[in-house]
Amino acid sequence: MSEAETQRSIETVWRVESARLIAGLARMVRDVGFAEDLAQDALVVALEKWPQTGVPDNPGAWLMATAKNRAIDLMRRNTNFERKQEELVREVGVRMAMDAARVEHGIGDDLLALIFTCCHPVLGTEARVALTLKLLGGLTTPEIARAFLVTESTMAQRIVRAKRTLSAAGVPFETPDGTELDERLPAVLEVIYLVFNEGYAATAGEDWIRPGLCEEALRLGRIVAELVPREPEAHGLIALLEIQASRSAARTRANGEPVLLLEQDRSRWDMLLIRRGLAALKRAETMPGPLGPYGLQAAIAACHARALDAEETEWVRIAALYDALAQVSPSPVVELNRAVAVGMAFGPEPALTLLDEIADEPALARYHLLPSVRGDLLEKLGRAAEARSEFERAAEMTANERERTLLLARASALVDPA
Amino acid sequence: MRFMMFMCLPEGQQEQDWNPTPEDVAAMTRYNEELRKAGMLLSLDGLHPPAEGARVGFDSEGRQTVTDGPFAEAREVVGGYWLIEARSKAEAVEWASRVPGRDCTVEVRRVFELSDFPEDLQEAHQSEWGGE
Repeated sequence: MSEAETQRSIETVWRVESARLIAGLARMVRDVGFAEDLAQDALVVALEKWPQTGVPDNPGAWLMATAKNRAIDLMRRNTNFERKQEELVREVGVRMAMDAARVEHGIGDDLLALIFTCCHPVLGTEARVALTLKLLGGLTTPEIARAFLVTESTMAQRIVRAKRTLSAAGVPFETPDGTELDERLPAVLEVIYLVFNEGYAATAGEDWIRPGLCEEALRLGRIVAELVPREPEAHGLIALLEIQASRSAARTRANGEPVLLLEQDRSRWDMLLIRRGLAALKRAETMPGPLGPYGLQAAIAACHARALDAEETEWVRIAALYDALAQVSPSPVVELNRAVAVGMAFGPEPALTLLDEIADEPALARYHLLPSVRGDLLEKLGRAAEARSEFERAAEMTANERERTLLLARASALVDPA
Repeated sequence: MRFMMFMCLPEGQQEQDWNPTPEDVAAMTRYNEELRKAGMLLSLDGLHPPAEGARVGFDSEGRQTVTDGPFAEAREVVGGYWLIEARSKAEAVEWASRVPGRDCTVEVRRVFELSDFPEDLQEAHQSEWGGE
């Protein structure tokens, strides 16, 4: 194997193993920042040794053993260590002995604890996202910086500060249980959802790393659903993401312009992802209790996914699901979508009534879809003059050039009967 | 990106490979479980031996010939496949090298995505299917 090949294979091993390595080490040293340093050190040793010795048969175990030895070494050599860290040395020794006795320990538990630590409430949302991608996704700091369109030093600082915050707060490295798990799981799922949306918002011509975030989020979502199989929302989230991802090939034209859901070429939807999404949704639905916000959004997405043709969409069911969503997770945007569904299911009049209720929402004040939907409903009711001014208002608000053209075209096509 | 990993078995060994020992099955189940827990597995299937299958051949005129198995000339046959989502070919190869296999080949092939096609073909696909 050439040096370049070895280098590449070490990078690959790192991508495959780093999360489990950091998780396993964090369980021993009780500090994710320190665990990451140890894992990185082991990687450096590998970079030195493997070009001569070749890649070992079980590279993950090799890296783990090297990192553990390094941990003990570091602690023994450093005479200035504080008392707390001396205790840590003893603790690590004990844990390693326990490890040896327990050959097949649950690596899944460590990974789960790592996820919950990265998404701990002492951290802000941005810090949670960055740390999760770094420690669980195995992404490098420059990659994460590029993905979130910030400078490398900004991202590096964000990550360092996050690790310091965790240490300073003495956040225990563990998976919460019982009601605490229920309370903290939404933060974990939110991080995955944010990563997905960041990738989904990226356009085709952009740096590959941004659309790559969708795949990363899917991977993390699938991992979490496996780790907490009894949590319906974990399945709800992955169902939602799989179904949304199934539309990626259809949601933009070859020139990068977005295509609305109802106008998408459904033959380009990815059937495999739809099937996986529907299966995950079914798992969430068969669990006791009503669906949560992710499960409901997945159920709505599934209604679209099941319709072979846009005309076959079950709007009555979608309207009912939005109704349920508005109750568990009320927001003006949900209300707006509910109005659209009601309009499709029951006609423009009841939909307009719903829109009137949210007309003064400050959150929607700059949201072009509100006047755009309103214009559509008014047009259907034959109120041309009102419809036209709504379309014109929407055209002023949208940042999308093509959308503006379409809205203005709709406005000028309306002839006032009076 | 997606990769298909084909489990290719030498033709002579088919019989015993299609009748694996409980240990083989356990090792393979463990491997599949690892793939799934790593969030990478999209789907997988094992295939019945080609003796139970058939082949439809097309000549240069597009005429078909159906041949039922077994097939005399096969040197290597596909015994199953995994469809995985990996971040690079190297990562897919890394996972392929962890398959608990003996006397077999795991072939790693990247799955075509629409963006791999030149733009004119993409557009042809779109207009063909009413995408515009």
